[in-house]
Amino acid sequence: MTAHTRWWPGRGALALLSRNFLVWRKLLIPSLLGNFGDPLLYLLALGYGLGHFVGKMENLPYMTFIASGITASSVMNTATFEGLYSAYTRLSIQQTYAAILATPMEIADILGGELLWCAVKGLISAMAIIIVSSGFGAISWRWLFLAIPVIFLVGLSFSAIALCFTAIARSYDFFMYYFTLGVTPMFLFCGVFYPIHTLPLPVREIALALPLTHAVLLLRPLLTGRLPQDAWIHLLVLGGFALAGYTLSLRLFRRRLLV
Amino acid sequence: MNLARLELRALRKCYAGHPVLAGLSLQIAPGECYALLGPNGAGKSTTIRAIQGLTPLDGGEILLDGRPVGEWPGGGRGVMGIVPQSDNLDPDFTVSENLRVYGRYYGLSPKVVQQRMAELLTFVALQEAAHRPIQALSGGMKRRLTIARALIHQPRLLLLDEPSTGLDPQARHLVWQRLRDLRRQGVTLLLTTHYLDEAERLADRVGIIDHGRLLAEDTPADLIRTHIPGEVLEVRRQDGMPPDSEGWHRGRVAASERAGDTLLLYGPDLSAVRAYFSGNSSLRLLSRQATLEDVFLRLTGRELREEENP
Repeated sequence: MTAHTRWWPGRGALALLSRNFLVWRKLLIPSLLGNFGDPLLYLLALGYGLGHFVGKMENLPYMTFIASGITASSVMNTATFEGLYSAYTRLSIQQTYAAILATPMEIADILGGELLWCAVKGLISAMAIIIVSSGFGAISWRWLFLAIPVIFLVGLSFSAIALCFTAIARSYDFFMYYFTLGVTPMFLFCGVFYPIHTLPLPVREIALALPLTHAVLLLRPLLTGRLPQDAWIHLLVLGGFALAGYTLSLRLFRRRLLV
Repeated sequence: MNLARLELRALRKCYAGHPVLAGLSLQIAPGECYALLGPNGAGKSTTIRAIQGLTPLDGGEILLDGRPVGEWPGGGRGVMGIVPQSDNLDPDFTVSENLRVYGRYYGLSPKVVQQRMAELLTFVALQEAAHRPIQALSGGMKRRLTIARALIHQPRLLLLDEPSTGLDPQARHLVWQRLRDLRRQGVTLLLTTHYLDEAERLADRVGIIDHGRLLAEDTPADLIRTHIPGEVLEVRRQDGMPPDSEGWHRGRVAASERAGDTLLLYGPDLSAVRAYFSGNSSLRLLSRQATLEDVFLRLTGRELREEENP
């Protein structure tokens, strides 16, 4: 006799999504300030400061080059932060999941809801950057309608990975491992600030195995008015991370919550 | 209302080789209030978790209305309400938002939730607090809100894990009153407690468990009658030394027990014993009726238990 055997989220996922949305709405101003403020600082500091010396990169003005890169890395950061710290707070400190598990909702619904919410937050942060960058003429809106679903998928991938770490975390400190060994290297080596073909071969190969590289390779063309090459490979990698992360996190959450 | 019947059959659960539930069987009749009484670590909370499907069992079966909970949609939790031991209200929301959001987890429409919310806030006397944040509530108000939350979907079975732990006397009485109201409305109640008076006041039947096993089960009055022969005399020495260390009482009472500095004597008529001890001015005597506490302590022993992990 077992419970919580469902692998796919059902309607309950939307209940958790709306719960998280209601909380976010209460903290709308500081949250949006972070979404708009951070990219503005990056664009000004790097786009103008560094861009002055760099000039063009891959035939794009440096500001345009990093605006698309920062969009991708910001989705990573936002979805990761939400999937780690916020989800851990709900799992552990606030016991939100324990309260939810007294209802007919299943663990798959909780994870589905968190994934959707993390992806929505990633999309919000991406849109903030796109809006700010458009003010500098650094973003093309031509393929934006294709970029949005891609951004959502990127958010799903990173939140699915983050939820795996959350499921085994015993304190917030644990997340520093993932940040220092995962998120920061991706931020620096996955093509956000320069194209990865400048990297020595072994490093480039490692970078190609990381999800942020594929997010950048999809989003940079889409946000600068071109269609990406080999899009299906990148979509497959991101989808694979999302699916594998979801499956693993579901197993880990079951192990943690069903005792 | 269709009353809920709950049956636990030979539940077994081990943690790291240590049995927490060792073949626990219970039957809770429709509309009954059943109190599961046991010391810390007896298996009370594990039982409540198992009924919710949160504890994979090593053996046994849980039936709701005669049907295994695993076969019910949502594990039967759609007809159960659960009041957990520690309040897990959503601190990001106000009182009414807590109920509204929780209703969504059950898939209730906002209209139904709105209507239930008004009724429930009145029921638990929190109408005035509807828009207060959770942090502004007292312990008693939080517990009442947790009870209201567990009732948002009109469950037929309510599980309460130590519902009055940590509450002041006024708050406890209000909670008890509401639980009796629910029982009158036909909600089947299963509560765990280690407060004997709580079990005595609320429950139609009490099951005493220890080491994951049922030790005794009956109405509170019959439990006392069966296990405690007559009245109780507590004998305590002023200086804290064991009273009547020479054992004069042996053979003169039906049963006796030592608990630290106190000697407890049980018997149908203790007047002669009382007269003998009252001659000794270094002793303090207390004659009283037998309570469930005596039954509980006789059955589960008097050694102190470590707090169980929440």
